[in-house]
Formats: sequence, C-alpha cells, structure tokens
Amino acid sequence: MRNYVIRRILQMIPVFIGILFILFFILEQAPGTPVSNMMHPKMTPEQKAELAQKLGLDIPWHERFVNYIKEAAQGNLGYSNTHKKPVTEVIGDYIGPTLLLSIVSLSISLILGIPAGIISATKQYTAIDNILTVVSFIGISLPSFFFGLILLKLFAVDVQLFPLFGLQDPLLMSNNPIDKFLDVAWHLVLPSIVLGLSSTASFMRYTRSSMLEVIKQDYIRTARAKGLKEKTVIYRHAFRNGIIPIITLLGFWIPSLLSGAVVTETIFALPGLGKISVEAAMNRNYPLILGINSLLTILTLIGALVADLLYAIADPRIRYD
Amino acid sequence: MTRKNTEIQRKNQSYWGEVFFRLRKNKMAMLSLYVLVTIIALCIIVPIISPYEIQTTNLAGKDQRPNSQHLLGTDLIGRDLFTRLFYAGRISLGVALAVVFIECIIGVVLGSIAGFYGGIIDVVIMRIAEIFMSFPFMIICITIVAIFGNSIPTLILVLAVLSWPSIARIVRGQILTLREMEYMEACEALGISDVRRIFKHLLPNVLAYVIVYATLGMASVILVETSLSFLGLGVSPPTPTWGNMIQEARNMLIIQQKWWYWVPPGICIFISVMCFNILGDGMRDAIDPKMKR
Repeated sequence: MRNYVIRRILQMIPVFIGILFILFFILEQAPGTPVSNMMHPKMTPEQKAELAQKLGLDIPWHERFVNYIKEAAQGNLGYSNTHKKPVTEVIGDYIGPTLLLSIVSLSISLILGIPAGIISATKQYTAIDNILTVVSFIGISLPSFFFGLILLKLFAVDVQLFPLFGLQDPLLMSNNPIDKFLDVAWHLVLPSIVLGLSSTASFMRYTRSSMLEVIKQDYIRTARAKGLKEKTVIYRHAFRNGIIPIITLLGFWIPSLLSGAVVTETIFALPGLGKISVEAAMNRNYPLILGINSLLTILTLIGALVADLLYAIADPRIRYD
Repeated sequence: MTRKNTEIQRKNQSYWGEVFFRLRKNKMAMLSLYVLVTIIALCIIVPIISPYEIQTTNLAGKDQRPNSQHLLGTDLIGRDLFTRLFYAGRISLGVALAVVFIECIIGVVLGSIAGFYGGIIDVVIMRIAEIFMSFPFMIICITIVAIFGNSIPTLILVLAVLSWPSIARIVRGQILTLREMEYMEACEALGISDVRRIFKHLLPNVLAYVIVYATLGMASVILVETSLSFLGLGVSPPTPTWGNMIQEARNMLIIQQKWWYWVPPGICIFISVMCFNILGDGMRDAIDPKMKR
C-alpha cells in the first residue's frame, strides 16, 4: 500500500509538469507580453528591456518554464502585480471562502443525495421514486447561474430574507465570534444551495443505480431469507457495497466543485478563488493564473489518488501492491 | 394476435430498428425528442416567423413589457426579445453541436488507435488524456478565452480540446474488449488492413455508445457555454446566446422588475439541457437493455 501511494505520487509529477507546460505554452501564444500591463507608456525601449530583464523575461519561454518549476518547487509562485503581493499570499487570502463554500455544499449534497437515492432505489417504480427521479433530472439540468438568480430574486430581492452578496455584513459591529459565525452562515445559505444542487442530484442518481444493482444480488436474498429486518438488509448489507461508487466519485468531485464555485462566487460576489481567477484572467495576471491553475491541478490529482485509496478501504477485495 | 404480429415484425428489424423500437416505448425520452425538435425548428425558422430583425433597434419602442406585438417585450434599445431568444438558441445549440462533433472525432480517433494498437501508443495517448482530464476545466476555459479574445471559434475549439478524453476512454475500453473477439481473428486471417478493420469492423460496434455520449455531451456543453457567456467570457454581445442574455439580470432594476429579460433564456437552457439528458438516458437504456436501471 505504501509503495503504491509513493508510486502514484511519483507518477503525478510528470502529469503535473505536463499540465504546467501546456499552460505555459498557451500563455506564451497570447498577444502582448506579460510586462505590457506594468509598462508605463512613456518608457524608453531601454527601460522596457531593463524591466524585462529584471523580471527574467528576456530569456526564451522554455527556459523560463524551467525556472518557474524550480521556483515553484521551493514554494515561490511569483508576484501578483494587481494585488501587490506574492501569489501564494493572494491565494491564501482568498482560498478560505471557496473551501468553506465547497465543504458546506458538499456536505449538504451527501446528506440529502445519498438517502434520497437509497429511498428511490428501495421503492423503485413507485410514485416517490418517480418524483425523486424527476427532481434529480431537474437538479442536473438547471444551470447554476440561472438557479442562483432565481433564488436571489425570490429570497433576497422580493422577500428580503437573505443578503444579496458578500460573505460578511460590513455593518456588523459586534465582535462576538458567535455573531460573526451566524453572519457568515447567513450569507452562505443561498450560495451553498446553488452550488450543492447539481451535486445532490448527481449523488442521488449514482446512489440509486448502484443500490439497484446491489439489491438484485444473491447475498441480499440470503440476508432476507435469514429473516433479517428489511432495514438491516438495506442499511447494513446492501449499503456497504452500494456506497462504493459514491466514495470513488468523491475524489473526482473536487474539480467540479471548484468549477461550480467560479459561477456561484461571481453571482453572490463572494471573495473566493473563483472570483479572483476570473479577475486574473481578465487582467492577464499571468503569475496568478498559473498559481491558481497549479493549485487546482494538484488538488485534482490528489483527489484522484484519494478516490483510489478510499476505494480500497471501502472494498477489501481491492488491493494495491 | 397483435402481439404475434409485433414479434414477426421485430424479427426482420435491424440492430438500429430494435433500438428505435425500444426507444419509442420510452415516453419521457420521446417527449424530450419532440420538445428538442420543436426548439431546434423554432431556432431555424425564426427569421420566417418573426417580423423583426435581430439587430434592428427601435428606440421609440424600447423597454416594453411582453405584449401582442412583442411576445417577450423589447430590450433597452428596442430589440425584440422573442426574436433574439431564438437567434440566441441558434448560437447556443450550434456551439454545443460543433463542440460535441469535434470532441467525438478527436476522441474516437485517438481512443480507437489506443485501444487497437495497445502497447506504447496506448500508454502515450492515455497519459495525454489523463493530463487533459486533470485540467481545472472551468478556470482553463476562462483563462484561454480571456487571453485569446472571446470569438465563437475559439470557444468551440477550447471546449472540444478540453473534453475529448472521456469519449476516448469509452471508445478505447470498448475496442479493447472487441479486439479479443473471434471475428477480429478472422479479419486478421483474411489479411484485412488495419484502417479497414478499425473503421469497418470495430467502430460500428462502438457507434451506439458514441451517440449516447454525444447526446449527454450536448447537455453538458450547453451548460458550460451558457455559464461562460454569462460570466462574459463566452460569446460576447451583440451576438446573443442564452447565457449572455441572462447576464442582463445582474442589473438590479432588471432582476427586481423585468423578468422577461432573463427568465425566458434561462427556461430555454433548462429545458434543452433536461431534454438532452433524458433523451441520452433513454437511448442508453434502448441500446443496452441490460444496463437499464
């Protein structure tokens, strides 16, 4: 097992470098140079060349790529000119809301989606199953930005139940941690519903189909024949096998949550990674773009590894060596 | 008696006849198909049924509520929103179709080469696929579109290039199984060329899976394109798409009082995505009844 993990981590390195290489290549093809934004229009060509040299931009891009990898390995991702801070610090400032939002909405989706899927599977072809199936189709088909706007319209504009945007009330005077916590929670209600909707629907669909497959198997018939209660059969015997695909799915869910966060954070103006990555792209803030992409790529790769490991834990038949 | 008839009738049916026979029994899938055909037809014939031009402004008749002249009202510079809605559908559906088409071609070609030849070729192609799958999809799209400017061809290319690996994996998996079957041995014994073996004897067996994947792919590409256009990083105005029409709702006055600006395009996205999803699901069941949930 340990050897397997080490081997997988070593395999990740070329994939990671490959991704960065492609990104570097793409950014290199972009019109203009990364310094265009920093340059003063009245600068002389000599000054421009000096600035480029100071920033290490006078060497070919593949050499710069090697430099970037070397620096990144030491934890230096460059400097964000728009924020006047190192990229690592900028990411550190903005990652909190994104993580919070992702974790909250993922928990909601698991808590709602899995039981709904089980109910749907155990009551196959009944009215409740049909309703849940339709709901799950709506969930995967409703565009998140449209759903977000509808919620905003209904619960923040028409009925002013929830805040329109942001993560904190700027007018909140109290320094009491409980008040602050409630304030943030209040601001997160609508965004987490929006981000959680499609995941909930997907988890429901996956749980339903995998439970249906498990319930058909012989050992479930045996369990029933032993005279076990239906609840025990479903939640102890069938559930353990039925949940395996969902566990594997979780690792792969990280990238899709983060993609969803881009849209959600934009609608609700949350100060998170999604929002700054749109800004970074618009401002052509190359170091920040590369930094965010590297971080998300690493998370994606780790997610895939975690998915495989969880698979082995959930299913003892799977062994890695 | 009728039952006997159908049985006799079905005996003569081809593989695809069988598939359509089973699909036709799925009411939800058929309904979705009809709805989609209606939406597509409306998008195609919109210049005929609408007396308004897409870009013609009419400041005298600007900002109207839905009425008998303008079914969905007019916008701030007097363009008819009903007309724009279906022109937008042309772009949204057209982009999705183009992306799925290109993605399937790349995916099928690379997937079948990887599956057929195996060995080092397989390893290289699948490693490249893995790299593409590990890209943070949304952020990369945003980056590339922001840097190269948001033209429709760029958007199509970016989305297609980022999404081919899934179909390549499906095709490769299928080809790996098929390659070991006896009829492929017969092909080899007959000395049929590789190209012919792939295109004539292997791919037709994979086609059904590709079609299902493409249908479900339409749904997800529509969602991605409209999200990007909503963020202002997809198709940019004045060309309307369902995504950038909804962008109007980020204006406080419009979200408060003028639903007809942003709700109709939202409903159009929702309905077409839902129909593609249901139809794709239905086709999967029809193609492989064993896989039926």
